[in-house]
Amino acid sequence: MAKLPKPEELMAGRPPFPAKGWMNTKPEFKAGNFCYPAKVEIMEGMHMPHPHEWRPDEEDWHLPENWEEIIYNGLKERLAKHRSLKVFLDSCVRCGACADKCHFFIGTNDPKNMPVLRAELLRSVYRKDFTLVGKLLGKVVGARKLDKNVIKEWFFYAYQCTECRRCSLFCPYGIDTAEITAIVRELLYELGLGINWVMEPVSNCNRTGNHIGLQPHALKDIIEFLCDDIETITGIRINPPLNEKGHEVLFITPSGDVFADPGIYTFMGYLMLFHEIGLDYTLSTYASEGGNFGSFVSFDMAKKLNAKMYAEAKRLGAKWILGGECGHMWRVVNQYMATYNGPAPDNMITPVSPITGTVFKHAAATKMIHIAEFTADLIKHGKLNLKPERNNHIITTYHDSCNPARAMGLLEEPRSILRAVCNNFVEMPPNTIREQTFCCGSGSGLNTEEIMELRLRGGMPRGNALRYVQQKNDVNWLTCICALDRAVLPTVANYWAPGVTVSGLHELVANALVMKGEIPRTMDLRQEDLPEPDVDESAASGEEDA
Amino acid sequence: MLYNAKYIIPGLVVAVAAFTAPFWLNIGTPSYTYPDVAVPTGEDSKQCVEPKEWMRTQHMTLLNTWRDEAVRFDKRTYVATDGKKWDISLQNTCLGCHANKVDFCDKCHNSNNVQPYCWNCHVAPKGNE
Amino acid sequence: MIVSFVAALLIGLAAWTGSQAGLQYLFGMALPLLAVVVFIGGMIWRVLYWAKSPVPFAIPTTGGQERSLDWIKPARLDTPMTKAGVVGRMLLEVLLFRSLFRNTTTRVDPQNMRITYFSSKWLWLFALLFHYCFLVTFIRHFRFFLEPVPVCLEWVEFFDGILQVGVPTLFLSNVLIVCALLFLFLRRIVNPKLRYISMANDYFPLFLIMGLVGTGICMRYFDKLDVAQAKVFIMGIVHFSPQSVEGLNPLFFTHLTFLSVLLIIFPFSKLVHMGGVFLSPTRNLPCNTRQVRHVNPWNKPTVFHTYAEYEDDFREPMAEAGLPLEISLEEAQAHDNEKSGKPVEPASAQ
Repeated sequence: MAKLPKPEELMAGRPPFPAKGWMNTKPEFKAGNFCYPAKVEIMEGMHMPHPHEWRPDEEDWHLPENWEEIIYNGLKERLAKHRSLKVFLDSCVRCGACADKCHFFIGTNDPKNMPVLRAELLRSVYRKDFTLVGKLLGKVVGARKLDKNVIKEWFFYAYQCTECRRCSLFCPYGIDTAEITAIVRELLYELGLGINWVMEPVSNCNRTGNHIGLQPHALKDIIEFLCDDIETITGIRINPPLNEKGHEVLFITPSGDVFADPGIYTFMGYLMLFHEIGLDYTLSTYASEGGNFGSFVSFDMAKKLNAKMYAEAKRLGAKWILGGECGHMWRVVNQYMATYNGPAPDNMITPVSPITGTVFKHAAATKMIHIAEFTADLIKHGKLNLKPERNNHIITTYHDSCNPARAMGLLEEPRSILRAVCNNFVEMPPNTIREQTFCCGSGSGLNTEEIMELRLRGGMPRGNALRYVQQKNDVNWLTCICALDRAVLPTVANYWAPGVTVSGLHELVANALVMKGEIPRTMDLRQEDLPEPDVDESAASGEEDA
Repeated sequence: MLYNAKYIIPGLVVAVAAFTAPFWLNIGTPSYTYPDVAVPTGEDSKQCVEPKEWMRTQHMTLLNTWRDEAVRFDKRTYVATDGKKWDISLQNTCLGCHANKVDFCDKCHNSNNVQPYCWNCHVAPKGNE
Repeated sequence: MIVSFVAALLIGLAAWTGSQAGLQYLFGMALPLLAVVVFIGGMIWRVLYWAKSPVPFAIPTTGGQERSLDWIKPARLDTPMTKAGVVGRMLLEVLLFRSLFRNTTTRVDPQNMRITYFSSKWLWLFALLFHYCFLVTFIRHFRFFLEPVPVCLEWVEFFDGILQVGVPTLFLSNVLIVCALLFLFLRRIVNPKLRYISMANDYFPLFLIMGLVGTGICMRYFDKLDVAQAKVFIMGIVHFSPQSVEGLNPLFFTHLTFLSVLLIIFPFSKLVHMGGVFLSPTRNLPCNTRQVRHVNPWNKPTVFHTYAEYEDDFREPMAEAGLPLEISLEEAQAHDNEKSGKPVEPASAQ
């Protein structure tokens, strides 16, 4: 990995716009600014078209012989399948409202990271091949011939977009760059061009049920290991059911949560919460992935991976599915799952909280609710015994993940939980939260090490907003509800606002949760000492007796 | 195959109807001719202060100038292009010939949706009644 | 930009000189009629072209709180869950440019290591002004198409000229559309981001509209047109019975030519956003995707790695780990043996 510049240098060193127009500039591939290509055997294993060896920084990408025809037909097919694509390609007036809304543009100052130009990369080819005016007038009207440099440009910029849809919020026509990026990536996959950081998890997920490739027994071991930690902290032994039939709820969360710090603490939080309320649930090793890297490859791949959720709910006879804290998972679950793989299996019902009786009517079709909705309802009904004082050393702010914010509208539920479990909650500036939230900079499969500088640039707006509340309000904690965030925001925070800890929401919930029969807590879920440990009443009274 | 036709087709119909309104609203209406204004009467009715063609496009400017000159600068004489002198007076000079507001002024103004505010102050002539 | 300017200029000059050289019927009648046909036909074609593709997925951008729990107030217009809400959202979008109203400007200040976002409503304001002035002007022009002139047009003119400045009365829409056009043009020149993304096809419609508005204003206030005669000519067109062009100001034909060219390019340029705004799936769909299943007409059959295949892959370690199995290790072995033709060993478990 190339040496990273200091934050000040990175911010000051954003290059000016090139003197030449965008049609006459080419991306320069160099170590650190591109993702590694997908391995041939993985592409083959997933039956992707034209798997081949290639490197972005080499001149020849070894495209299939008829690559122009493939792109032409591919684009034609997608125009026929997606009205969004036609309308978005035709309607843009280049008003520029989207330009400075993109975190990658703010971080890189590369004009082609303005959503309008990112789309123009595809639009120019569409004009040339599919519109009469473009055919006749060419460059004057922004039409250009498809050549190999255009393909390279597509690859370069389709992987500098995290499909966060912030631009689509500001666009007067609702043009959604995520749609453009997703389709450009699909077209690139048609030529055998993909990135390994996405394809390997996809392949893993297909076979083992989760992105990180944990096999069933390994997953069980890890969960047991995490339960050991829970026992150490609370004195309570939890044995979460795995692959068991006949439970009311199937719980699915991104596998990142069982894999790495700090996601594991969030996962422990889920288990502690379920145990405390006596939820009748099971986990599944087969459907052990909430996330869906397939959605970063193609609509078909997203559907293929997503299908396991309903299949497993059907096999296990679960009545409804509870989903963990994840970002793009909820884009798929909220906006695509019912369409892809619905209607839900017959054994499923509209989710109803067994604890409060609340019927989640808004999930009547998918039969799947977000754990923030579930927990917020529990807390509102007073079903949890909480000691927010245990989180008193934390001054937290809250990062809305792009997808729950802009593809779901899940804004207040997590905040209401956060207010209940933590006494110190400060919002970041208004233009950086809620529906206007900024991406972590590493979404949509870009959370790979080799493009670290790019990720930190993409994370600059988020990091800067965090830095602002860190300096102004002494914020030392960043809560989020996305597994990718938990994986990448520690790096972003460490770079832009060192000293801020990143965690999931349910880690703080479990910290504050007073469980029946627990030992007095002296440490938090990370097994770090609580500044104000619980008073051990039994011990105190015991001493008196003696 | 059209998708969402039940929204799109009515939308198109409304839009097309709006944009073609000038054509179908005029179906069956009599053909339109230049407003048939009343022929001026009175002493000097052979010749207006300026030529007819000029008056057609510029009378509002002339009247505006007259008003300013009379009211603001107390200038009461207008020298026409042909050298002839006229009293600057709507009531006496203009309305002297064009005595019929309904058939002279209004005909053209109404037909072209012009709403001058002359008559906010001036007494409208009753015409040839 | 230069190309667009020259093109618009040439169009204007051609019409102006042409209409003085006896080509009034070409620029004043043939071209406008052709333009209307191209515009109407082209826009119908464009919308049907869009309509031929389905909306496979419901991808509304949620601009606020979803409707989930009873005690959380949903954003009914920015994240509409019902059809009525969607209608409201679309009305806000089309009539008030709701999304553009959110616009902000980003300033990166490396010295102080700070990024700030300012509310920036100028684009919203001038875009809204431009479109409404255009609409008012369009409506006002119906005085040339209708006899008698309906009373509502009188009201429009009255309010547009409410300042009662000068004769003919100065129209507010005239002043404002000029300001708006200048703003929309200057921002493309002055703002480096806009300058970088703007192309000939962004400037061309602007110049055409400037020409259109300029000639219109000129005929009203300066180089006057006999509007009564213009109406006779225009009514002749809509009655399909050509009237005399004698004495009509050449600017009148230039004005019509700018309009005609604008109408002709409309369906084939970015101006189609007039229709596109209604068909954007991030705006015109309810955010109830978990409540009501959105159907994709080309949804393919679901092909995925099934649990049975998964269990086949991992049966042994799963058995060892004590995970429940659909087909026990023994059953699977027996089945395998059967398939491979090996004799089944009955009672081996005994």
